[in-house]
Formats: sequence, C-alpha cells, structure tokens
Amino acid sequence: MKLTTKLLAATAMISATAASAVELEVTHWWTSGGEAAAVSKFAEAWNATGNTWVDGAIAGSGGTARPIIISRILGGDPMGATQLNHGRQAEELIEAGMLLDLTDVAAAEGWKDIVNPPTLLDACTLDGRIYCAPVNIHSWQWMWLSHQAFEDAGVDVPSNWDEFVAAAPALEAAGKVPLAMGQQPWQSSGAFGVMTIAIAGTEAWLQVNRDKDADVAAGPEYTKVFEAAVTAREMAADSNVQDWNLATNLVITGQAGGQIMGDWAQGEFQVAEQVAGEDYTCLPGLGVNEILDTAGDAFYFPKQDDPEIEAAQKEMAAMLLSPDVQVAFNLAKGSLPIRGDVDLSAANDCMKKGLEILAGGNVLPSGDILLSPDTQGQVEDLMVEFWNDPSITAADAQARYAAIIADAD
Amino acid sequence: MNAGPHRSPITRKGGEAMSAIDAGQGRTRAKRPNRLFRNKTAKIAAIPMVATALVIFIGCTLWTVYHSFTGSRLLPAPHKWVGLDQYERLWSTNRWITSIENLAIYGACSMILSLVIGFTLAALLDRKIRFENTIRTIILYPFALSFIVTGLVWQWILNPSLGLQNVVRDWGWESFTFDPLNNPEIVIFGILIAGIWQGSGFIMVVMLAGLRGIDEDIWKASRVEGIPTWKTYIFIIIPMMRPVFVTALVLIASGIIKVYDLVVAQTSGGPGIASEVPAKYVIEKMFSSQNLGQGFAASTMMLVSVLIILIPWAYLEFGGKRRV
Repeated sequence: MKLTTKLLAATAMISATAASAVELEVTHWWTSGGEAAAVSKFAEAWNATGNTWVDGAIAGSGGTARPIIISRILGGDPMGATQLNHGRQAEELIEAGMLLDLTDVAAAEGWKDIVNPPTLLDACTLDGRIYCAPVNIHSWQWMWLSHQAFEDAGVDVPSNWDEFVAAAPALEAAGKVPLAMGQQPWQSSGAFGVMTIAIAGTEAWLQVNRDKDADVAAGPEYTKVFEAAVTAREMAADSNVQDWNLATNLVITGQAGGQIMGDWAQGEFQVAEQVAGEDYTCLPGLGVNEILDTAGDAFYFPKQDDPEIEAAQKEMAAMLLSPDVQVAFNLAKGSLPIRGDVDLSAANDCMKKGLEILAGGNVLPSGDILLSPDTQGQVEDLMVEFWNDPSITAADAQARYAAIIADAD
Repeated sequence: MNAGPHRSPITRKGGEAMSAIDAGQGRTRAKRPNRLFRNKTAKIAAIPMVATALVIFIGCTLWTVYHSFTGSRLLPAPHKWVGLDQYERLWSTNRWITSIENLAIYGACSMILSLVIGFTLAALLDRKIRFENTIRTIILYPFALSFIVTGLVWQWILNPSLGLQNVVRDWGWESFTFDPLNNPEIVIFGILIAGIWQGSGFIMVVMLAGLRGIDEDIWKASRVEGIPTWKTYIFIIIPMMRPVFVTALVLIASGIIKVYDLVVAQTSGGPGIASEVPAKYVIEKMFSSQNLGQGFAASTMMLVSVLIILIPWAYLEFGGKRRV
C-alpha cells in the first residue's frame, strides 16, 4: 500500500512538472554554419527556462521554407513559433486572425522604448496591434572582399565599388572570379537592390520602392544602375555556384575577389575563423553610400487553442528580446541587435561599422517591408533572367523593371 | 475492419435484386426498360468513387478556374473580381512563355523518343534472347527511382567537373565539351535525357506486354508469305497494338504535363529561367509569391492546353466508334 501511494505521488509530481514545461516547435531556415550556431543560443536560453525547444529547421533558404511554414499554418497544423522576415509576408495571415496578438507582451516589456530603429516594430504592427517579435537587423548593403585574392592579383584591396570594378581585370588575370554570385533568384535581386541604393541614391530608391514611381524606375538614375549591373554580370560570369554560402566560401578561400551579400555572410567568415580587417574587408553600401536597410528576422506565433501553449509563446516572445539572449544570438549570427541598449563590445570591426551607421540613423526600410511578396517575386524573376542571360541589355531590363513597378501595389 | 459486416448485407441485397430482375422479367425483356438499375451492386459500390471524382476533380477544378478571375493573394478572395487581368499578366510574363516553350520541346521530344525507344527495346527483347529477365529488370530499374533522385543523379553525371565531360577528357579527348545544364540554349535537353532514362523502361514493359499478346500465328503467316521481319513489325504488329500505344501515350502525356520535380532537382529552373516549366511557375506563384490568382490562372491554362489535345482525340476515338 505504502509503495503504491509513493508511486502515485511520484507520478503526480512528474505529470505536474511535465505540465509546466511546454514543448514548442520552432520552425526556421537557419541552416548554414553561422546561422545554426546562432539559433542554438535561442534554444539554450529557452531550455534553461525549463521548457523544451523542438527544433524545426527547414533547409533551403527562405524561398523554400516560407511556403512550407505558411501552408502548415493555413493547413491547421500550426507550430509553436516560426521565423519569418517581418514585413508584408504575414500580412494576410494576420488579417485572417491566424497569428497571436503580442501587444500585451510588448507593453509589459516596453518594446516601444527599446526597439531601435522603431520602423522594425512598425513592421510588426497592424492596426495598432503587435504580432511579431523582431530578433535581429539584417542589412543587405554589404560587400565582402577577400584580402588573399587581391594580394594574389597584386592590387590593393579596393575601398569602393569603382575601385573594385577597376581591379577586376587584374583579378581575372590571376585566375580569380572577380565577383562571386549564387544563382538563386533572391540573391540576384538582392545584389541588384544593393547596387541601386549605392548608385542611384537613397531618394530615387525610396521613390521607386516606397512610392512605386515607375517614371523614376525608367529614369536616368536607374539607367546608371542597370549599366553597372551589366558590368557586375560580366564579372560574375564564371561563378557557377547556387547557394549563397558557397559563393561566400569562394571569397573566404580567395578564389573570388568579392561578393555582394547581406551581413549574414559574416557568420560564415567567423566559422572559418577569419578576422575582419586582416583576412577580409567589409564595405557597407559598397563603400559609396553608407546606409543600411533594416530588414531582419522576426518570430511569429501562430494561434493555438491551448492556453498553456499561448502562455509559453508569450514567454518565448519576451525571452527573444531580452538583453543577454540578444547579445549571444547576434554575435553568433553577425547581425545587429534590435535594441540599442545592449553591450556589444565583443563585436568585430564589421559589426561595429554597422552599429555606427545604425546609431547615426542612416537607415532605410527594407524591401520586405515596402514591397509585396508578389512584386518581389516578379523582380526576382526578372533579375535571375537578367543575371544569367547576357543577351538582355540594360535598356531592356530597365523597361521591364519599370513595368513591374508600375503594376506594384 | 468495420467494412466487413457492413458490406455483406449490401452485397446480398444487391444480389437478390439482380436475381429478382433475372427471374421475373427474363433476359430478353430486361434489356430495354431499366438500364440504369442493372448491375446495382456495382453501381452502389462505385458511388463513393464517383462522388469523390465529382467533388475533388470537377468541383475543385471549377473552384480554381473561378478564382483565377480574382485578385486572390495569400488567401482565396472570391469577392475581388478582376476579370482577365491575371491572364493578361500571365501571357506578358517572359518566364511563363519560356516555360510553355520548354514544355512543348520537352513534350514533343519525350513523346516521340519514349515511344520509339520503348518499342525498339521491347521488339529486341521479344526476339527470344537469352537473359531476357535480367535485361528487362535492368532497363526497368530507373523507373523505380523518384524524379528527385533521377534529377540529382543526372545533375552529377552532367556536371562538367565531376561527370561525363570529365571522364571523357581523362580518356584523352581534351577538347570534349558536354555541359548541357549550364548552357541556356540546350539545358532542356539535359533534362530530357534524364526523363527518357527514367521513363522509357516502363514504356518498354508496356510494349512488351502488347507484343506478347500478338498471336503466334500472325508471325507464322507472315513468315510463310515471306514478309521481312521489320515490315511485319511496322505494317502488321504496330497497327494491331493500337490500344497498347494509346495506353503508353496517355502515360507519357500525363508525365510530361506534370514535370516539376525533375527540373527542381536538376537545375531549379536555371541557368536564369532557361529550364522553367509551367508546373513550377504555378507552385511558385501560389506559395512563394503569395499570389493564388496568378497561380490559378497559370494552372487553368495548363488545363486548357490538355483539353485542347484531349477533346478532339476523345471525339475521334469514342465518337467515331459509336457511329459505326
């Protein structure tokens, strides 16, 4: 009898602890070396609270993962939490009432005061309610240069785009690929976006992307961009890789001179134990126009019926923005933290450059926030065709680009 | 398990009904009045399947076609009527036009080559050769692989630094170049090779079954008449195998229309948009671009293109027969 009661008591205790510890499945597409290291920081912090992080990594970048995530939410099989890029990707899910309202968490934690730049929180807000927890700032406007490649070619490491273009023949003569480019559509379109902000300038970029002004897209500033893109296409002609991290690897190993890629590339340099300023150089805004867009990742929490899970989801949302977790995560990932009040003295040169630009307020909203996925898809289709088919002239591409902008909503 | 006890009374009742008709009316009179009620058992058994087909195929098709006239984005929006806008955009999109061209090239080549290769292999195997079973198995084997695996295998084989080109260069032909997957002009043929490799074994087996169905006496007769073997095949055997060819044709055609995974695994549409196919356009517009309306318009066009081929054929095939 005594034994039975003991056993019963033990079972009751176990079930009690099990009830307070919630398993949340978290889907994301952070699968490259640096990204995986970063996401494990979240998992550790979450497991330390006594809950369980069930990792649902989806390989193959956002383009592959996003449809899977969204169809799971639509199909009635929601996960506990999921990464998405904040902006217009989740707009309709919110309107359909499928995502958890985080406004009370945001108010309790004072997100309005700590999130910097405030546009990040705006991107999570719809009709005054907050639906996502931003976790990092990613900006596209970076160029990564391999010191070894330029040394082998016998030229100085360039400090801006024009010098880079001038150094390209020397790189080619040394058997290097001047510009490494992955072939995935989002990379083609992203690199083009970076060149636009650097070459056409902020104002023209905003007129096109924010105001959808097709005349500017067909105008002289953009002509310069498309001409520069033709040059870039020639420089990238020999880089036959698909994934962005393989292209970054060409830069790390000195087979390529440089790559236009967002700051997530930095995680790869870190995993390869390279030092900023010694082994590689980063040029924000291609060294021409030092300004960063503030895209990034955010966590959304699909609505679930279980109040216990809902409480855990809110707990996780608060945890993701807590100072310690922010520092650990962003240092590993090479991205910038979403709050200005954390200590990032451990950051390397490139991140410090980014932090300075951020502190100076030289920021732009990201394409994810301004353009609908549909328009982005059309631009990606055009860009991937343009980067791969040398018979498309700058003028052709520009005309088609202007037509897309004219139809954009 | 539940179906067992449920099914038997239905079967019995149906059986009784049938025997009642047979007994009461006799064979000759039963024919005319109630054709609809004959074979009740079979018809009752077919109801679930018929209902599924009506709801899923017809119902969902109509739903899709209707929504292709709307501005649906991530979620279906039946009220946002936009008329033909989605179709106008579709047909002014380069990527869609390239997709259609690719499908036409892939389809025509795949249809002809599968039939020719399949029939030739079957005819060769049918000449009473040794180790027929072994050879048949080897040729059929690729069909057991999924398109994804096929695509990856051929991506490696056609990779210039790992595969065929490298092997031939190692043999001494230094200038040999065979790099279809990175050449936009011929990339679709690189995909075609993989498709044929995967599918022709199956067509061969279908053809072989057809050849086995040909009466031995036909061969004897043609030999007595002194007709050469190849002429026997072309003028006697092939016309006799018409139903088999129709089966093979339908199998190949359905494979062509839905080609998607092979492209994703081999080139993911590249280089550029040179190897895009319609099915891939549909999937990406619906899910990546979050534009259901555009995806539905594209899938409706795919349906229309199938119907354009299917309706005249069905008319000739079935309409013609009934008149005779």
